[in-house]
Amino acid sequence: MTSPSVARMGRARRSRNSAGVDVTGAIIRFQHVTKRYRRQMSPALLDVTCAVHPGEFVFLVGPSGSGKSTFMRLILREDTPSAGQVMVAGKDVAAMRSWRVPKLRRSIGTVFQDFRLLPNKNVYENVAFALEVIGKSRSQIKMAVPETLELVGLSDKADRRPHELSGGEQQRVAIARAFVNRPTIVIADEPTGNLDPATSIGIMRLLDRINRTGTTVLMATHDAAIVDQMRKRVIELDEGRVVRDHVRGVYGSYR
Amino acid sequence: MRIRFISSEVFAGLFRNVTMTIAVILTVAVSLTLFGTGLLVRAQVNTMKDFWYDKVEVSVFLCGANSDPGICPEPITDTQRSELQAALENSSLVEQVYYESSEEAFGRFQEQFANSPILENVTAAALPESFRIKLYNPEDYPAIANALSDAAGVEVVRDQKRLLDNFFTVLNGMQALALGVSAAMLVVTVLLVANTMRVSAFSRRRETGIMKLVGASNYYIRLPFLLEAGIAAAVGGIIASGALIGLKVFLIDRVLSPTFQFTAFIGWSDIHRVLPIVLATGISLAVLAAFFAIRRYLKV
Repeated sequence: MTSPSVARMGRARRSRNSAGVDVTGAIIRFQHVTKRYRRQMSPALLDVTCAVHPGEFVFLVGPSGSGKSTFMRLILREDTPSAGQVMVAGKDVAAMRSWRVPKLRRSIGTVFQDFRLLPNKNVYENVAFALEVIGKSRSQIKMAVPETLELVGLSDKADRRPHELSGGEQQRVAIARAFVNRPTIVIADEPTGNLDPATSIGIMRLLDRINRTGTTVLMATHDAAIVDQMRKRVIELDEGRVVRDHVRGVYGSYR
Repeated sequence: MRIRFISSEVFAGLFRNVTMTIAVILTVAVSLTLFGTGLLVRAQVNTMKDFWYDKVEVSVFLCGANSDPGICPEPITDTQRSELQAALENSSLVEQVYYESSEEAFGRFQEQFANSPILENVTAAALPESFRIKLYNPEDYPAIANALSDAAGVEVVRDQKRLLDNFFTVLNGMQALALGVSAAMLVVTVLLVANTMRVSAFSRRRETGIMKLVGASNYYIRLPFLLEAGIAAAVGGIIASGALIGLKVFLIDRVLSPTFQFTAFIGWSDIHRVLPIVLATGISLAVLAAFFAIRRYLKV
């Protein structure tokens, strides 16, 4: 899409060219992003500038209300910034037409603290659901789902319902669902928040394995032990500002 | 896969809340039956208008021996009569003219009052001769009346349509009432469908939340809801169609038609015309109601 001349012009301007394509290579880029919610005095994010590159594993840390969730909502375009620009895979997310948003979300897998599985569907169906609703063919689903269940280690539990599984297994199903479409980015919002430490380590191994396939992983967490152990990049938010961005960080002062 | 997936979603939606689905189906059935009845009443009124207006004539009574001397100083002459007939035959408004002599009028009178004592007091000479005119369009009566009432040899011009008009005023009122009631029922239906679909969207917010998250398009998220409303409305519409066919078979054909033989009733062609309108109205109203009800809830 980007012609060489446009790319050169973009490089001169550092961040983007006229077509809105990020030429610095970042897969997620926040530029002076501020987000204010109505009826709230202080902004959820205040002048946040940072970039995540393809294949990175990034922890997003900070106390409750520091803006981690807002950060993720902006990437998914569940919200648009009040000021500044959020670029995902070279596209200005806020400027995107609403009918293109599903395409953006197909390139991002999302995992939550509360798993968000469908209780009346079994493991296989929960994972297949993510492909069914984006119109994948049966043969594609038949191939991709077992492969992904294998990756998360749940091949033998494909016909179980979520309530028959432990918390850690349920989160693996959620990760399988997020990853089954092979997104370029996986966003995890406190994926270990409901799990005990031993189970959490298993989930982190899984996310690490997904990261090794070249997938960018962005994980918001409160879990200091995990962050310290993984020695990955850490972006710390506090009251909506980036207060720290370390390449091989630890959780820091919040314990 | 898409069809299989969407149809399974639709049936899950329909059976998740069966009582609501039944309420929607029955409300749609009742309101569409009323709506269809309203349309059939209108068709009936039009059928009767066609039937009766086709038969109405304008009668031009000519001056005779017993005429009012204030209008007719003397009976009509042969010249006046033939001039009048020529004028009527040349008029562009007139489809047909025929002359009825006093004797013919008397013959008809005898037929009409065959068993009545009034017959003894009437002779052929007492009845005026007349021209019976059939107009292309019964509404053109005033033009003919104006032209003829001052003509020499004409006593009075009478329009049978006037008599029917009062009758049709009543029928038109009934027709308006039927359509008004059915319009109110359609509004009720729209509101019920909208509310049901809102509840349905709310009860499935978990699914739709996940669908949005994994990048399902609006079309995929909304289609099951729209189909759900459409199918419920279609079932209601089929019930309503059955009710309307029953109305035709049992009420009109078996009861009304044999009893009131003096008038025409709607035929199957009217039923065939009304049923698709009823079905299409029901389904499209339900789908539109569902669309607007869920749009806010399922916005990507």
